[in-house]
Amino acid sequence: MLACAVENNIPPAHAGTTDRTGLTWMRVHRIEQQGNDASTETVYLPLMCQQCDEHPPCESVCPQKAVEYDPETGIVAQIPVRCLGCRYCMTACPYHARYFNWWDPSWPAGMEKTLNPGVSTRMRGVVEKCNLCHGRLQEAREQAAASGTSVVAGETFVPACVEACPTRAIMIGDLADPGSEIARQIKTPGTFRLLEQLGTQPKVYYSSARQWVREQLQRTIASTRTEVVNG
Amino acid sequence: MDNALISRGLQRTSFTKFLLWILPWAGLLAVGLYAAYRCLAYGLNETNMDNRFAFGLWIYLDLTVIALGAGAFFTGFLLYILKLKELKSVINSAVVIGFICYSGAVAVLMVDVGQPLRAWFTFWHPNVHSMLTEVTFCITCYLTVLAIEYVPVILKHRSIRRIPSMLVFEFQLHKLMVVFAAIGTFLSFFHQGSLGGLYGVLIGRPFAFRPSLGIWPSTFFLFILSAAAVGPSFILLTTWLTSKLSRKTLVRPEVFRTLGKISGMLLIGYVLAKSIDTLIWINSTAPSLGFPAARFYQYPGFGTWVLITEIVVCGLIPALIFLQPTLRQKTAWLVTAAALACAGIALNRFVLTVQTLALPTLPFDPFMSYVPSWQETATFGAVLAYGVLLYSLSFRYLNLFPQERDLQPL
Repeated sequence: MLACAVENNIPPAHAGTTDRTGLTWMRVHRIEQQGNDASTETVYLPLMCQQCDEHPPCESVCPQKAVEYDPETGIVAQIPVRCLGCRYCMTACPYHARYFNWWDPSWPAGMEKTLNPGVSTRMRGVVEKCNLCHGRLQEAREQAAASGTSVVAGETFVPACVEACPTRAIMIGDLADPGSEIARQIKTPGTFRLLEQLGTQPKVYYSSARQWVREQLQRTIASTRTEVVNG
Repeated sequence: MDNALISRGLQRTSFTKFLLWILPWAGLLAVGLYAAYRCLAYGLNETNMDNRFAFGLWIYLDLTVIALGAGAFFTGFLLYILKLKELKSVINSAVVIGFICYSGAVAVLMVDVGQPLRAWFTFWHPNVHSMLTEVTFCITCYLTVLAIEYVPVILKHRSIRRIPSMLVFEFQLHKLMVVFAAIGTFLSFFHQGSLGGLYGVLIGRPFAFRPSLGIWPSTFFLFILSAAAVGPSFILLTTWLTSKLSRKTLVRPEVFRTLGKISGMLLIGYVLAKSIDTLIWINSTAPSLGFPAARFYQYPGFGTWVLITEIVVCGLIPALIFLQPTLRQKTAWLVTAAALACAGIALNRFVLTVQTLALPTLPFDPFMSYVPSWQETATFGAVLAYGVLLYSLSFRYLNLFPQERDLQPL
């Protein structure tokens, strides 16, 4: 989450920010299961834009094309400079992966020097979300163009969260390439997607060897309030 | 004091009394304008909306007032296109109410969006697949039509009629009203529908999502039908309320009966369509998305009673009252039924806007609640106050009810 915030110039939270008004392109949820012997099993689930395929729910609803789906990369992009701030896309996203700038962004004196020059800062009143580190993709494209090669996701282009994760719990790759490691990985047992039955075709896959994790995360709605866990 | 400005033959309360009536509303408007200013100047952190409750009180207000304001287009349609002459006695009032509802909704929308100065982007970069684009285009155009329809009502004012060119202008404009009524009807069908489609297309919100009939979800058609049904009810209700507050007979009793009958006929059709839509959603749409419909109603305060109240108490019951000729003879029954129908539409819009967002989608999501901030509530109050003020001024100085003069006791 920190690497994401630093990479994408996400400002420090305003004093009035709550867990429902912050800018967290990636949000780690804690999922717990009470065992019979009073023990608790815990797993962590990083939730970011699920990069829905073909017709992302947020893209079709935007009245002024501030959300763009790139058929070449499959990445769903947000164009904050074109955003009106109507927040219709936020109501459309079942993953709650979109965030509104409720406050003017501000950095403590001196901290603005640490801003990433490859990523634009956003203003108050617009929506933003994970774009798979567009600044890094752009940089990889420029380098590939200079060297006459092409961008290889996971090798020449690596988003900040993938790079920062010390246990390699997050991976990126080319799903369209059947020979890629990621394409093999998503076929392994225990791999699933969130809210797959809605037909949003998310391109973010989760994998867990624990059956209870898969069962909890593939269930469609919290059955009782006690099962709800905090983000 | 202002007798020279009041239409000849009409009796209005003293200026002092009128001032006492409008002062509290002006106060409410001032507080609301200050709240709206805070939201525009300091940002939407002044509201209690958040990333989960991205839409709140204001969107609810927009959808509700636009549904209630449908009386303007539908009365215009019945009068000018279907030649139901009886409704001539309420058309002026309907136009003013429509104008208030739509202009109020647009004003609130301008506060609700994060970057109001970019509103024109929708016209410059329109996404034709978005229901909100359709809403924006139609509402903007229709508000212009309503403003044009309002003009002849103002031009009929005795001080303006003294100017010969204005008299000619009013006469010519009046001849064009049938054209504007037709344009208004066309635009209204689309934006009432697209407001329904706004939520019906949300595949990520199985509580609101409805399958498409043609290119629009079923909520598109339900919104048109419900707005057309409740529009005449709202005209009935406001006319009755104005009559009570001003202690004047404004229209003949037959007009109330006609409005009630029209509302009843459309309402019964709406109740039927809504029931079929709900049954399809319970048995097919929601389960096919993996969400058993019963689960949506397991949260405290949002049980199935909401659905029953909406369809039966505020739908079927007023429809049956309206359609019963003996009950229709009594104004008290008509007013009760109209109030129920209006409450039903407000509840329907609440369910679609607020309940949809409160319900969880992800398996580890909680059920969310949201209470509007004072700034949101005050802005809501400002729209109400603006409506009351504009209507009061129009009622005092313009001739909103052409039959009123003839119905005055000698």
